[in-house]
Amino acid sequence: MAKNTHDVIVIGAGHNGLTAASYMAKAGLDVVVLEKNEWIGGAAVSRELYPGWKYSNCSYVCSLLRPEIMRDLELYKYGLQIIPYEGSATMMRNGDYYAHYHDHDMTINSIRRHSHKDAEAYERYSRDVLRQCKIIKPLLKMTPPDLTSFKPKDLFGALEFAKHFAAKDELGGLGEKEIYDTIRFYTMSIRDYLDEYFESDITKAHLAGSAIIGTALGPCSPGSAYVLLHHYMGEVDGSVGAWGYSRGGMGSITKAMTGCLKAHGGEVKPDNEVVNVITKNGRAIGVATKKGDEYYAKKIVSNLDVKRTFLKITEESSLPGEFVERVKNFKIRGSSGKLNIALDGLPEFPCIPEGDPGGGGDMHFTETIEEMEGAYDDWKRGEWSRNPYVDMCIPSKSDPTMVAPGKHYMSVFIQYVPFNLANGGWNEERKQEFGRHIVDCIAEFSPNFKDLINHYEVRTPLELDNEVGLTEGNIFQGELTMDQLMFNRPVPGYAQYRTPLKNMYMCSSSTHPGGGVMGAPGANAAREVLIDMNIPQTGNYY
Amino acid sequence: MNRDLRFTALKKTPFHSRTSLASRTNKYYNWNGFTVPTEYSTTELEYTAARNGTSVMDLTPMCKYMINGSNANKFVDYLVTRDLSQMEDNTVAYIIWCNEDGKVMDDGTIFKFSNTKFMLCCAVKIYNWLHDSAEGFDVSFEDATDTTAALAIQGPTSCSTLKNYGAEDLELLKPFGMKQYNINGYDVLISRTGFTGDLGYELWTDPANAENMWDSIMEAGKELKIRPFGMHALEMTRIEAGFIQTNTDFMAAEGSLRPVRMRSPYEIGMGWLVHLNKESYFVGKRALKKEKETGNSERCLVGLDIDGDKPAVGSVIYNEKKEDIGIVTAAMWSPTMKRNVALASLKRPYGIKIKENIFAEIYHPEELEYKKIWAKCKVVKRQFFSPERRNKVPADLYE
Repeated sequence: MAKNTHDVIVIGAGHNGLTAASYMAKAGLDVVVLEKNEWIGGAAVSRELYPGWKYSNCSYVCSLLRPEIMRDLELYKYGLQIIPYEGSATMMRNGDYYAHYHDHDMTINSIRRHSHKDAEAYERYSRDVLRQCKIIKPLLKMTPPDLTSFKPKDLFGALEFAKHFAAKDELGGLGEKEIYDTIRFYTMSIRDYLDEYFESDITKAHLAGSAIIGTALGPCSPGSAYVLLHHYMGEVDGSVGAWGYSRGGMGSITKAMTGCLKAHGGEVKPDNEVVNVITKNGRAIGVATKKGDEYYAKKIVSNLDVKRTFLKITEESSLPGEFVERVKNFKIRGSSGKLNIALDGLPEFPCIPEGDPGGGGDMHFTETIEEMEGAYDDWKRGEWSRNPYVDMCIPSKSDPTMVAPGKHYMSVFIQYVPFNLANGGWNEERKQEFGRHIVDCIAEFSPNFKDLINHYEVRTPLELDNEVGLTEGNIFQGELTMDQLMFNRPVPGYAQYRTPLKNMYMCSSSTHPGGGVMGAPGANAAREVLIDMNIPQTGNYY
Repeated sequence: MNRDLRFTALKKTPFHSRTSLASRTNKYYNWNGFTVPTEYSTTELEYTAARNGTSVMDLTPMCKYMINGSNANKFVDYLVTRDLSQMEDNTVAYIIWCNEDGKVMDDGTIFKFSNTKFMLCCAVKIYNWLHDSAEGFDVSFEDATDTTAALAIQGPTSCSTLKNYGAEDLELLKPFGMKQYNINGYDVLISRTGFTGDLGYELWTDPANAENMWDSIMEAGKELKIRPFGMHALEMTRIEAGFIQTNTDFMAAEGSLRPVRMRSPYEIGMGWLVHLNKESYFVGKRALKKEKETGNSERCLVGLDIDGDKPAVGSVIYNEKKEDIGIVTAAMWSPTMKRNVALASLKRPYGIKIKENIFAEIYHPEELEYKKIWAKCKVVKRQFFSPERRNKVPADLYE
């Protein structure tokens, strides 16, 4: 049994853990990151499961990762390059398609083929959603104030929060009407929201996709409009809402972060699962690993979701009972699956004209909101959606590093897939049955698709839970609903990255501002640790 | 309707039939009297091609001169500030040249075939200057601008693309090396040079080969993320690489209306190309020697890393007392580095001895009003981005 001492231990080498670790190492601390898997990256990984094909096994596209973080950690030096999407498309059963493009006016021209009114409504819609993005952007970097506290920090924080909510700096201030709009937006369903702008089913279905990805809400569920915002508030170089691929797969992000961490003297230890947080007199002082080693540190930062952190690796007796209850009630329902497919060539999708940049990014085949809600109804019954919503893309169309020239890698994200499968739960046979079902669904739109398949990896919420460590397979490490956002995330009173245990912190997506490969929870948590250690912070993020 | 051919409008390059077909936006500009695309589809995607795949740019409008004659090597060494006496055959060198007052006229590349044959590529027309400078040398000049078609093929997969096109063993070509090929029945000169700061090549051929070369390269790069690339994207990559642009970052000496705008090599970060210990005389040597000895250079051209994400286009640079100390000559948000960078011409000692407490006043347009941003700047190395693959031998291949 080895005993190791560091300034900081980070539990879990996901993107937030590595972001937090890198910021702390840059500030001069001796940081070690302990990772249970033999590989690094959490849900931002690129693994070669079939020779010659690199997959983005879990997360697959990048937009939310804060540019300030990429800048501060100099991720380009360690190989990170973002490749913007060219467009997106929804294929229709009548052989037509609906597409969005990198160029706004091309998008308008495209929508107009389906509805003249929608094409113009899209201008108003874009403005309103962009306004919401501008409002939320400064909030992402903030530690949420505790609204019940009278500490000067929280009082000023609440004022700051209110100021941003009125978009004083970003937009020169909002009027009463716009503030009401914002509040409505945060609580509405995406169906109701889109109905206020658009008439055609296909426009609404294409746009609503972003509101259901990763969430256990349907398009008619209140709160789903916010999920759309969560997917729009990222950017690719000032193009708000744009998405891109990470060159070499999502693993390139965590690989680059690891590069930064190491350059500043930090260390990642894969294959070192933390099984217990060692406490003494209400303080966290170290961790024990499955291998039997002990690590001690001044500060411990957990990148595991709040349930895993406090219900699995921390003794319940060292925590306040009410806190434990709240953590148990934290909603973290898995709702998504994924297929990673090794293809021998480029599949044809006859709905989309050859060379149309609309086929260069995400592709879908859900034509109405009702279909989407139907897919959600299956999930509620504990079944995978018979007619699922898929977000599929072929990164190798843009990225030359995933596979050999001429070969292709396809990522298919599937909504909805339950964690607790009805009638006996998941087993290998049912997992493969699910995989075959998705392949069949795609093949309806691509005649040569099945013939090109060399191999595919099927991921259900169960794999996300077991392998990656996302409880119930929830990709956001906790549902993105108002009761679990900002000062409520993960638990009211503990939204400032600190925990009931002194010297123990949280940096996972279970904390503000939530999921997606954003890095903000990690950077925010690092800031709080550095404040508590009286270490000055520098950089563009703070 | 037939046009009277004595009237010469903007010229079309031998690639025009292809570049115009590839253009989805119909955006063109006038480069040295030629019509070439500023943008084909979206600048962001074109830029990405140069950092991710292969970008293709029509370089034909570049001024190109053949320098022939028994004194060609001596003449070239006399013309430019850099010592080229040791330059090997089949290599390329980056050069600048000055007028007698030691003020920079232009920068460019010189291709050496042999002691008696060179090619000079540059931005500003120099045919007349070459003749004026050639007194006493046995040299002759040929303006090859219209008679040489040129393409820049740049980006991480560019070597693989060109190998598919037929350039055997290209991965072994060193940076600033060049090699003569015969591909599809035409002579093609390939040099490992470029303006993007990445792995990349430039191809020089007979205009009659232009369309075949374009088509064959596009086919060769089909699976290697190839994309035509316009002037706007080139501007982005060259800023990241820290390359200077005549009449953007400094005024060409012979073109400056205001004598105070002329710059010496020391004032635009090109001092490293001035070899005062070169045995023979070169144009401007006397003035440059004096400037070096007295240390009276007035300006400098530096890289700036600027706070925030709003590009400091055209910004005035101030010290902490709000005194004007210079101007931004080129600025951008770098998509690769996620940094707000700029090239700036500063009044010394700013940029040389004083590198802190420098500010850019940025006017960011916001729906018919300007947001004034007072952004802190750091003086940094002008070469912002230089990936390892740029100079790697053998070059990266994608197979």
